[in-house]
Amino acid sequence: MICIGCPMGCVLTVSRDGNGELQVEGATCGRGKAYGIKEMTAPERTVTALVRVEGCRQPLCVKTAKPVPKGKIFEVLESIKAVTAVPPVNIGDVVIPDVCGTGVAVVATRYVRRG
Amino acid sequence: MIEVEVLVVGAGPAGLAAAIAAREAGCSKVLILERDDAPGGILQQCIHPGFGLHRFKEELTGPEYAQRFIDRVNAENIPVQCRTMVLDISQDRKVTAVSPENGVQVFSAKAVVLAMGCRERPRGALMIPGTRPAGVYTAGTAQRLVNMEGLMPGKRVVVLGSGDIGLIMSRRMTFQGAKVLACVELMPYSSGLKRNIVQCLDDFGIPLLLSHTVTKIHGRERVEGVTVMRVDERRVPVPGSEQYFECDTLMLSVGLIPENELSLKAGVKLSPVTGGPEVDDSMQTGVPGVFACGNVLHVHDLVDYVSLESETAGRAAAAFALGGGAGDVKKIPVSDGFGVRGCVPQEISAAGSDDKVALSFRPAGVYRKAWWRVRSGDKVLHKQFAMILTPGESQRVELNRKLFEGLDGVVVEVVQSEEKQ
Ligand SMILES: Cc1cc2nc3c(=O)[nH]c(=O)nc-3n(C[C@H](O)[C@H](O)[C@H](O)COP(=O)(O)OP(=O)(O)OC[C@H]3O[C@@H](n4cnc5c(N)ncnc54)[C@H](O)[C@@H]3O)c2cc1C
Ligand code: SF4
Repeated sequence: MICIGCPMGCVLTVSRDGNGELQVEGATCGRGKAYGIKEMTAPERTVTALVRVEGCRQPLCVKTAKPVPKGKIFEVLESIKAVTAVPPVNIGDVVIPDVCGTGVAVVATRYVRRG
Repeated sequence: MIEVEVLVVGAGPAGLAAAIAAREAGCSKVLILERDDAPGGILQQCIHPGFGLHRFKEELTGPEYAQRFIDRVNAENIPVQCRTMVLDISQDRKVTAVSPENGVQVFSAKAVVLAMGCRERPRGALMIPGTRPAGVYTAGTAQRLVNMEGLMPGKRVVVLGSGDIGLIMSRRMTFQGAKVLACVELMPYSSGLKRNIVQCLDDFGIPLLLSHTVTKIHGRERVEGVTVMRVDERRVPVPGSEQYFECDTLMLSVGLIPENELSLKAGVKLSPVTGGPEVDDSMQTGVPGVFACGNVLHVHDLVDYVSLESETAGRAAAAFALGGGAGDVKKIPVSDGFGVRGCVPQEISAAGSDDKVALSFRPAGVYRKAWWRVRSGDKVLHKQFAMILTPGESQRVELNRKLFEGLDGVVVEVVQSEEKQ
């Protein structure tokens, strides 16, 4: 498995030791260890997407404030597609408070000035 | 003629960081010229996460990363003149620009920072036989269309080239409802970052066809399909390996070229390897008072390092503008050894002011379990082990300037302990 925690892209090997504990080899830093275990048990991704803006052709870019379960990516995208933002928008403004019951908010990543 | 101390060309992350550093180093008259409508450069269209992990210890999207620098530029009251295209730079740093608001303007700058970024290798640079129908886009153009204009280039897509923009756009097109059939790469390895291969292709089951290429584009008005073939070690298509993909869009992600027409006009010498100016460790080009940083200098994977490098350039430009330059100092040449392509800087100044000297390069091939080192004769200045070195991931190190004292030259090279792939 390749760690995506940062562009170093360390090659990780995750295995179970004698006590059934997950062991991660090859990580350069703690993030990599955590990633290896997470990816084996409950993989997550940050999703970025585009939202329609009222009265404006340029879409608003948004992201999930935290990673969401990998299996829910397309469900999350559908929910994002259904909303329309109203300017003005600031970076960090909440677009969807809790997307698909993940407990994660979708927030704006760009400013949009009024019309 | 408008007098400025430090004039920065381009308001991408490189130009923004250089301008802030120049101001912090004591220049009151700093000006940024940008041809686009707004500052931010290519980051404006890079809406995916993955920026700023090194710098801010937080994963930001491109626009968010850029905004942090734009906020600082605004806080420092550094003027950014947008919609202004720089047309010419002379050796004595007279900069000519044109804009709808101000017409033609000529600036006289004590120091100039080149931060024009890079552009994509166009399709003309590739020789694919077949018709020339609509539906062939560079990945960056597609990215701009989708992320900034809200348009969709097509529904069934084949991507040629596995550069990062192509990978990122494979995922974006998938997210926007298109079907990405395959990512086709001529080389036996991808030039994209690992994490992009994992998160943009593997996650969605998009096949990465290594050692393959598009040999024919079908369709008259619009792309109807492409023929893909396997290539041998000499990159020649293998007869009988044809595969046909029915698609309406071919997206090209075949590399970036530093944008250096202006640098040439200023008399700056370009490196045949990086395609960007040759610089010393203060990012000064061969023309005194002209500095370069960011993608115009060499194509970066990580914007965090663009910012760092540009701060060095901005500081040095400020010192030059305020003090008139250090005069003739000894320069220690840096050369590419085995397995190393395009080490930047090409020279290290014996009299530089920063304590640290940053060196970065791209591996020339894929090397597993290899060392790379900085050496001068028998003296090894730095040595570092890597599980894998690939051309897709540039390597970087910061060394103490003291280490270079009294040397006549250094070479950066890969030393293999085991087999080469
Ligand atoms: C698609 C893509 C994805 C990327 N993904 C990542 C990632 O996930 N993580 C990461 O860390 N990095 C990533 N990068 C790299 C990073 O974004 C770039 O290295 C960085 O943006 C380069 O900054 P720059 O300022 O040198 O160039 P640019 O951002 O290109 O800025 C150059 C500016 O100069 C202006 N300009 C050019 N010529 C003139 C002229 N004659 N007159 C006036 N203005 C001019 C341009 O309009 C532009 O605004 C990615 C890059 C691309 C292209
Ligand atoms: S293990 Fe650490 S250093 Fe290696 S890729 Fe993961 S986050 Fe980066």
